[in-house]
Amino acid sequence: MKAPQPIDRFEIRLSGLGGQGLITLGRLLGSALALGHGYYVTQTQSYGPEARGGSSRADVVVSSRPISYPKTENLDLLVALSPEACNSYYRLLKRTGILLVDTTLVKHAPTNVYLGLPFTQMAKEQIGNPMTINTMVMGAVTHLLPFADPKVMRKSLEANLPAKIREVNAKAFALGLKQAQRNFGDAGGIWAAAEENGAHSEDDIIV
Amino acid sequence: MAVQRKKRKRRELFALGNEAVAEGALLAGCSFYAGYPITPSTEIMEVMANRLPLIEDGVFIQMEDEIASMGAAIGASLAGRKAMTATSGPGFALMQEHIGYACMVEAPLVVVNVMRGGPSTGLPTSPAQADVQMARWGTHGDHPIIVLSASNVQECLEMTVTAFNFAEKYRTPVILLLDEVTAHTREKITVPDPDEVEILSRVEPTVPPEWFKPYADTARGVPAMAPIGSGYRTHVTGLTHDVMGYPTQRPDEVKDAMLRLFRKIDQYYGDIQMADEYMMDDAEVAVVAYGSVARSAHLAVEQARERGAKAGLLTLKTLFPFPRPAVEKLTHRCHTVVVPEMNMGQMSREVKRVNNGRTKVRTINRVDGQIITPSEILKAIL
Repeated sequence: MKAPQPIDRFEIRLSGLGGQGLITLGRLLGSALALGHGYYVTQTQSYGPEARGGSSRADVVVSSRPISYPKTENLDLLVALSPEACNSYYRLLKRTGILLVDTTLVKHAPTNVYLGLPFTQMAKEQIGNPMTINTMVMGAVTHLLPFADPKVMRKSLEANLPAKIREVNAKAFALGLKQAQRNFGDAGGIWAAAEENGAHSEDDIIV
Repeated sequence: MAVQRKKRKRRELFALGNEAVAEGALLAGCSFYAGYPITPSTEIMEVMANRLPLIEDGVFIQMEDEIASMGAAIGASLAGRKAMTATSGPGFALMQEHIGYACMVEAPLVVVNVMRGGPSTGLPTSPAQADVQMARWGTHGDHPIIVLSASNVQECLEMTVTAFNFAEKYRTPVILLLDEVTAHTREKITVPDPDEVEILSRVEPTVPPEWFKPYADTARGVPAMAPIGSGYRTHVTGLTHDVMGYPTQRPDEVKDAMLRLFRKIDQYYGDIQMADEYMMDDAEVAVVAYGSVARSAHLAVEQARERGAKAGLLTLKTLFPFPRPAVEKLTHRCHTVVVPEMNMGQMSREVKRVNNGRTKVRTINRVDGQIITPSEILKAIL
């Protein structure tokens, strides 16, 4: 394991609908960053009392120092897989943060500065299993996290899944990663652009 | 001389608070679990259901309700097992009668209550800290009880081990109060090698069976405990009993029995009352918090320090017996004490009682099913 890069509270929210596997995604992502990379990670979740449907979200905080508050307040990365989630949580995104949406479902993002891939469509058509949407998103998120090593992420993903569904999810992960690399460009460049964009927007109102 | 050192077998896991509780219980030697599943405590039961059948003599039972779960745990404890059950508010309400019974017959066991929004069915998937006074006073009759809490996942494991140790050492039910956030947060934890952990077990009688008095007083106030069926006299009743375990109404015997129940806890306050200090050395504003809110408070204190405010944090790990010395000390030194909690002021009343009007006590209360955020606490500090 390489020594972890210094990061101070990198906050990720994975949001969408119940049934999209967001809490599983949070667990897989958190496990890969904590056990695979050696970061401090907290993963929390919020869901309704319904068995299915409704909104669902998982929060992941990554840091190279011990984490006190386990939930998120200022998001560095918001993943929104439903229009409702996108609209509710967009306001929590930092000025320099990045929004990643599922363009199959989110037709009107609340900003024109965002990244998107048609995850639902890709899962259905290219993988043949809509339930792989979460591992596909994990592939794309892996590309966006400058401190995540794709090899370590994939290994951790495979280690955490039962044999029956391992192969199809590994395929989805690879596709998500590849499409993100092709469409979004280099991760360093994306964050530099977000930083630039944030610097030009209006000042935060300090409460 | 070279000493052969055994390699320690530690395990790293990315686990939920609930899963860490189960790991802690197994580490402490728990071999009996009876329960009835309820959100947000269910994962404790799931892990125990998976793991107990794999250990020697491990018993897992899903009971018909929480009343029966407590009954089964008491029975197992009296038969010599380290027993546990876990639940949430509605189930904890059902357990109260039997918690009193466990206090009376001095059955060591651990009850985990993962607090969710209430009253009644309330908010099954949202956090609260509203069962604090219930954990202390929920069962009827005057009784001492130990109530512990944990604020992160590693602490869930450690405090579960501590809960078992206290239960065994003091022959008493111990309540571990978690909240939904702590129980449903995943973090990296290290499960220590069993050899690294101090595990206590109840003291068994050393006298011949015919000399044995099951409730005889000792210096510690804790009678030796013989498992049912071991050849020693057993008589168990919820009625106030004499040293032989038989019901009595003689005022002198009743008084001795009751005062011993209190004394066995009272005289070890120093051992039982646990609290962590952070940045308290020169603090002028102190936050007193417990459970997941202590983590929000930790960040708030860090942020306040960055802005030049002399803030500190006292995290209560033991809720009852209330850690009076630790709180009293800071009411002498700080001009303000802030008590954030996810209820309408159950712990702040204890702080105010100890404070006795000495310094300003500010409360932050939230009952909307959301955790108190660092920025809310920061506002109260500044």
